[in-house]
Amino acid sequence: METFVFFFLATVIVVTSILVVAFRNPVYSAISLLVMFFHMAALFVSLHAEFLAAVQIIVYAGAILVLYLFVVMLLNLKHDDSYQRQVWVGVGLGAVALAEVIYLVVKAGIGFTPPPTGGPLTAGASQTASAMPQGNTEMIGSLLYTKYLFPFEVASLILLVAMIGAILLAKKGVLDIRGQ
Amino acid sequence: MVPLSYYMILSAVVFVTGLVGVLVRRNIIILLLSIELMLNATNINFVAFSYYLHDTAGQVFVFFALTVAAAEVAVGLAIFIALYRGKPTVNVEEFNLMKG
Repeated sequence: METFVFFFLATVIVVTSILVVAFRNPVYSAISLLVMFFHMAALFVSLHAEFLAAVQIIVYAGAILVLYLFVVMLLNLKHDDSYQRQVWVGVGLGAVALAEVIYLVVKAGIGFTPPPTGGPLTAGASQTASAMPQGNTEMIGSLLYTKYLFPFEVASLILLVAMIGAILLAKKGVLDIRGQ
Repeated sequence: MVPLSYYMILSAVVFVTGLVGVLVRRNIIILLLSIELMLNATNINFVAFSYYLHDTAGQVFVFFALTVAAAEVAVGLAIFIALYRGKPTVNVEEFNLMKG
């Protein structure tokens, strides 16, 4: 059952991600990416990362993809969009890269399957002793505000910089490239 | 029980799809969507390893990757809008202001 669910989700993820690249219309690409995000959220649920599944849908599908669609529809992008001239070079390079990675994964024998010994994940090895039954969200939250507090602050700084940058860049007259 | 290598190969396939998308497409929107594909492929790996190694740290890293993805989209689309205002096209080959 678990294997079947994995293969179903993996098939849908692979097909939709190829469609994202293959569609000529950016709106179709974005919708196909939306389908992929939902199936990836389901994959996260099957890996017991429920919080991330919710965040995946809220942030990716709810915010990022809507931003893309907003820009596509705002600018009314209906131009004829062909592929690069060197399509087959790109596909060939991709096939080579994929073959290398698969070869490495198979060769390195990372096929180890430590059966998760029941029960929920633990937040780091140190807290295993005081194993209180914690939910996934509580675990991520406590880890985020203790061990990863500094990266958390850096992430908030990144968001601040991105916000200021986006406002400034999209403002009229700040980035004037007409003079060519 | 699904072996970990299946998740790694799925992640590699999605990542390479994004890579090929960046290489073969000329539409700047699709290029940004392909970058999203690559970021998501790394997230699969993080979550799978987090599950198989019994450590929540991987999920925290996905959280940070998500933050960076959101910032990248906001700044990337803002740059695109600024470029589009000066030159109404989506074709990346026509953006050669720096004569590259």
